[in-house]
Amino acid sequence: MEILMSIVVGILFMSAVYLILSKSLLRIIIGTGLLSHGAHLLLLTMSGLKTGAAPVLTDGVESYTDPLPQALVLTAIVISFGVTAFFLVLAYRTYQELGTDNMEEMKGNDSND
Amino acid sequence: MSLLHLAILLPFIAAVIVPFLFKGFRSIHTGWFVLLVPLALFIYFIQYMPVTSSGQTVSQTFEWIPSLGINFTAYVDGLGLLFALLITGIGSLVVLYSIYYLAKEKEALHNFYVYLLMFMGAMLGVVLSDNMIVLYMFWEFTSISSFLLIGYWYDKERSRYGAQKSMLITVFGGLSMLGGIVLLYIMSGTFSIRELIGMSGELMADPLFLFAMILILLGAFTKSAQFPFHVWLPDAMEAPTPVSAYLHSATMVKAGIYLVARMSPVFAESGLWLWLVAGFGIFTLFWGSFNAVKQTDLKGILAFSTVSQLGLIMSLLGLGAAALHFDTLDENMYMTATIAAVFHLINHATFKGSLFMMAGIVDHETGTRDIRKLGGLVNLMPITFTIAIIGSFSMAGLPPFNGFLSKEMFLTGMISVFELDLFNLNTWGILFPVLAWVASVFTFIYSIMLVFKTFLGKPQFDQLPKKPHEAPIGMLISPLILVTLVVVFGFFPNLLSNTMIKPAVEAILPSLPAAGQEVYVDIYFWHGFKPELFMTLGIILTGTLMYATLAKWQGIYNRIPERFTINGVYDRGLDGSESGSFKLNEFFMTGYMRSYLIYIFAFFVAILLSTLTVSDAFVIDTSNLAEIRIYEVVLAIVLIAGAITILFAKSRLTSIVLLGVVGYSVALFFVFFRAPDLALTQLVIETVSVALFLLCFYHLPEISRKEERMKFKMGNAVISILVGLTVTLIGIASFSNGQIFEFESISQYHIDNVYELAAGGNMVNVILVDFRGFDTLFEICVLGIAALGIYAMVNFRGVRREKR
Repeated sequence: MEILMSIVVGILFMSAVYLILSKSLLRIIIGTGLLSHGAHLLLLTMSGLKTGAAPVLTDGVESYTDPLPQALVLTAIVISFGVTAFFLVLAYRTYQELGTDNMEEMKGNDSND
Repeated sequence: MSLLHLAILLPFIAAVIVPFLFKGFRSIHTGWFVLLVPLALFIYFIQYMPVTSSGQTVSQTFEWIPSLGINFTAYVDGLGLLFALLITGIGSLVVLYSIYYLAKEKEALHNFYVYLLMFMGAMLGVVLSDNMIVLYMFWEFTSISSFLLIGYWYDKERSRYGAQKSMLITVFGGLSMLGGIVLLYIMSGTFSIRELIGMSGELMADPLFLFAMILILLGAFTKSAQFPFHVWLPDAMEAPTPVSAYLHSATMVKAGIYLVARMSPVFAESGLWLWLVAGFGIFTLFWGSFNAVKQTDLKGILAFSTVSQLGLIMSLLGLGAAALHFDTLDENMYMTATIAAVFHLINHATFKGSLFMMAGIVDHETGTRDIRKLGGLVNLMPITFTIAIIGSFSMAGLPPFNGFLSKEMFLTGMISVFELDLFNLNTWGILFPVLAWVASVFTFIYSIMLVFKTFLGKPQFDQLPKKPHEAPIGMLISPLILVTLVVVFGFFPNLLSNTMIKPAVEAILPSLPAAGQEVYVDIYFWHGFKPELFMTLGIILTGTLMYATLAKWQGIYNRIPERFTINGVYDRGLDGSESGSFKLNEFFMTGYMRSYLIYIFAFFVAILLSTLTVSDAFVIDTSNLAEIRIYEVVLAIVLIAGAITILFAKSRLTSIVLLGVVGYSVALFFVFFRAPDLALTQLVIETVSVALFLLCFYHLPEISRKEERMKFKMGNAVISILVGLTVTLIGIASFSNGQIFEFESISQYHIDNVYELAAGGNMVNVILVDFRGFDTLFEICVLGIAALGIYAMVNFRGVRREKR
């Protein structure tokens, strides 16, 4: 299962990087979203997916899944949401101000301070 | 922390107070307060004279970074004390002079005196430190304060140019010196100069010895303006004249001399040391004096003259090392060279200091330093004229001034090279007395020029910007004291012999006096009809002749094209490195975000893949895998399909929906992996995100996707596939390594203590809010900042739009 998940994560990263390298701002934002999904799954995969009980203290249960990566990923999910939201609004405002969502056109030139 | 340490640090402490004094007492010239510092220090250091002249030394250690062997050890011996007295003595006179030179109404005195005090403290630190790292630190401090002082009138372009030049050259040397210090440490395991001296025999055999020596000499040569690094010194003359007199003639440029003298016991046994120090010294002596003659600026002449005199002292120190190769002291004529070096060091500080102050007075009272405009000032400025004539004649080596004595001893030392059967000196050595003689002729010429062209000749007062008159008495005190010393040391040189010169020479050549012996210093006028006397007579005759015919042969100076001068090389080097780095920068800083991202990803792939291969870290361990269930495979296929379809999605809405598909699949995976909290959070956030995406892009027009070129797509595809591959490999390798090595996970601690310590059942929650509470706090901060940013972007319209 871990090897399968590693491949899934690799494909997520691949798509994310391809999107991030493109010119359209929206595709870049979608790319960052995919990238964080990939990172979250990678964190869980690396620690092993051997299934025990969900990490909630229960009488009579000896083996739990590792709670630490889950805590890390939880933090990461929230942060990546913050980042995505910020990016989205930034892109929206950029488009309103500059009238383009193409990164190549946004590069400053001399006439434009 | 002893009194000695406090004495070294006193100027720094005073530098902190000076700006407040400047602001608080505007009616009193700040210089009067500052004057107290060098004066007090001079009196303090005088007290060490009986100690050092009886052959003792004082050492006080203050532990600074003992774990690295770096201790602030203040060490007073003859050499250090000589410099300390020069620094504080000349320092007092220069501060006194500056009070009249810099008007308190116009100048930024607080800056000036802060820099000056900083320099004074740094210089004291250089000459009184035993630890080489501490010495280096103070050494660079002198470079920085010199930079600031040269650029004191920073609105002048030439000042900035000179400041940058001196900084680049001396800091280059300083860094080389640091390299040398580190090499010495590698060889010996100590930063202490005294311990190094004790080990000099073993160091000689080390293969690194040569490199250490050359690097340290680079530091000394750049600081002491030896050829070809002398080019910074003439440009440093843009500094106010008190600074030129203090830093760029009497003290800072002698730091290199100090270093050579101080390191002599370590390196001097080597023949290369003698050749390098003496060779560069003698050529600098010649080159400086030769170039001084073509200058038309008073301070320009003095700058090149300083270069040349520094070369003289350097060559003497180099030749002095020859003394180490003889056992007996009585017949050791090479001792003369070192004695002459120390003696000339003192003499140079007196006569050159007074000459610089004289140049400052002329500049201050007439408004120009150009000798083509000056002339006939003798009747208007008789006292200044007296100062000039005593200083110049001493510099030219005429009796009865102190310069004559040290010049005679210098010639003695140079002649003795002949008789030296060492390191091929008896063949090439002939160059030493020849160059010395030629340089002395030029020295004579520019000394005469300095006086005659300024004070004698036809008056042309209409060309002067100001109406000249004698300087105020306050400005004359300092140079008068210095020329008095010139005369006193000329008549009674033995005042210095046992008090200053002998202890310093003993510090430079500590191994020389065998047990029970002492260095014997006796300086006298009349040596009898010896070669040096005839050489001096020849210098005077030839010099006078050449001065009289100056106009006829001055043309040779224009023969060297500007391109090939060292200044030309420096300027082109600077321009070249500027435009070169600009081009290099342009080449990779394209301004396209995509380029930067490509660098990041390429670096990511290169570093991780190479580490994986080099450390042989890639393993697959299949023994402990979780089993794969059929619904997991289905979900994985859905996720992959979603992720890949986004790449080809034409419409915006499709992409957003597909992103949602991926997000919900991930949430489902969390369910499979027994992570209920993650699944819940992911579901909520995915929903909000998709809503937000749709909300934002509802307002935007349809993407007009221009078909991108194939090459562009292919490049991106290669990079992204590589990144994906790397991540997969990393994921498998880190999981497998974890299984193979069976690291003990820190998770167990959390599982065990979750109830006892935090009284909670949900481990993930407890970790977030209890064990890692601060992380969560900062996470909330990040969200808050993002929210503020979003709020600002939505609510505040750009000012630029309103203008339109």
